[in-house]
Amino acid sequence: MRLALREALRAFSRAPMLSALSVTTIAFSLFAFGLFGLVALNLRSALAQVEERVEVRAFIAEGTNPEATAAAVGDIAAFPEVASVRLVSEVQALERARRELGEFEDVFEAGILPASIEVRLREGFRDPESVRAVSRRLEVYDFVDDIRYGEEWVEKLHKLRTIATAAGLSLGLTFALVAIIIIGSTIRMAVLARSREIAIMRLVGATNGFIRAPFLIEGFLKGLLGGLLALVLTWVTFQFVGQYVVQATYFDSRLAVLGVLGGALIGLLGSAVSVGRHLGRV
Amino acid sequence: MIRFTHVTKHYPKGGPALDDASFHVNRGEFVFLTGPSGAGKSTILKLIYVDERPSQGEVRVAGQSSVTMTKHEIPALRRRLGVIFQDFRLLEDRTAEQNVAFALEVIGTNPQQIGPKVARVLTQVGLAAKATALPHELSGGEQQRVAIARALVNDPLVLLADEPTGNLDDRSTRGIFQLLRDINATGTAVMMATHDLALVKSLDFRTLELNRGKLVFDSGAQFPAPADEFDAPVAGPDMSALAADHPDTADAGGSDGAAS
Repeated sequence: MRLALREALRAFSRAPMLSALSVTTIAFSLFAFGLFGLVALNLRSALAQVEERVEVRAFIAEGTNPEATAAAVGDIAAFPEVASVRLVSEVQALERARRELGEFEDVFEAGILPASIEVRLREGFRDPESVRAVSRRLEVYDFVDDIRYGEEWVEKLHKLRTIATAAGLSLGLTFALVAIIIIGSTIRMAVLARSREIAIMRLVGATNGFIRAPFLIEGFLKGLLGGLLALVLTWVTFQFVGQYVVQATYFDSRLAVLGVLGGALIGLLGSAVSVGRHLGRV
Repeated sequence: MIRFTHVTKHYPKGGPALDDASFHVNRGEFVFLTGPSGAGKSTILKLIYVDERPSQGEVRVAGQSSVTMTKHEIPALRRRLGVIFQDFRLLEDRTAEQNVAFALEVIGTNPQQIGPKVARVLTQVGLAAKATALPHELSGGEQQRVAIARALVNDPLVLLADEPTGNLDDRSTRGIFQLLRDINATGTAVMMATHDLALVKSLDFRTLELNRGKLVFDSGAQFPAPADEFDAPVAGPDMSALAADHPDTADAGGSDGAAS
């Protein structure tokens, strides 16, 4: 193992330009992927924030028995689609209106706003169909006067989400594939540059595992370094964008570690495949 | 020690590189392989160090049969063979002694044994004074000596030399050839592929002559095969034993000694 490590490091010191080039290549392909990831991540969280506000509001007829509405709230909370139910009394509705629309304070008088039941939906049930289904079930209560949920808005939001998901998946896969191909061929070049060493090792009777080890270490290290460099690059970009363009969220530490390890893994697998080609015969 | 039995080798394109060849080589022999380019000399050597497998027939080397040998047994066999080539195949970024040491390191030799072994074998090939020279600082003949040192450092049963003097001038050629004879004199068998007919004819050594894959002439074994020759075992499962000093393989009690 010590020899394998020494030989792997020797590859770096003997061909610093080639090594630096492959690390940079790996870094930039992961950087492109990382940037895309950042954009996707932020779009997703923005969309999720908007979606959280999808709610169905059932207005309650004046003079309804409070017990009946309280019982209804309990029933509704048990719907599988429902995340939370809130009963907003006439007084609360008035207070909220005054708070949110302060400049029209004088306009609001007691009794002008009806009480309502506000239903928020669980994630995954914020599509138009689920929203409609829930509102139909609210209609059943005879104390319900009117139901609103911003039909058009919910539909647009859903469409946006579908498009974002499809675009994210296809672009993400493409970026990942490009990164893998670029990293793979970079690693392959490094192995090719040392095919003579491999031939000699085979000739003098080194086992395949022994021949592979330094290359696997080298590939792993290159992927790791490339991944770290890509992380630094995305961080710098992120800071820059944060300062001059828009506040955004960065990868959490779990995603960052996962990204760097992903780079290392691609380097490792790329090496394994490339060396395997040289060992395949006989 | 080496026995070919009706060995044929086809490459995917082209005709047979070797066609129904049968012969054997004993421990300690010196054998020339001659014939024009493409006659099958290199193929025979490749079949011995298992860079190729026969299409038909059987190649036995040091008790291992090409028919039954698995991929995982190949490295162990190669540790008992030394191979040199026309183009030396040294690593350009390593000194003479590093090139030789490399061959020991990659088979897991105890690091403490490497230094002395390398020094001994470089002395044997007459390059002790140039141990720290890089290949490009050495003449062709000297580079070939480094390659020979690398091939010898594991005390092989046989040294396989594929046109070892093909790139050398006359003086270097004589020097290398003399070195191969000296090595042979210490008990290591040598198989040397060459198309230097003048050299072959000037000496009364055993000669296998090939033409278009056929073995057309065999001047005959220098001495008959002892009964135990073919079944000398490759050292046991402990691979480090291979790297240790001269594996004692002379007294395996096999009975398969048929030779013709």
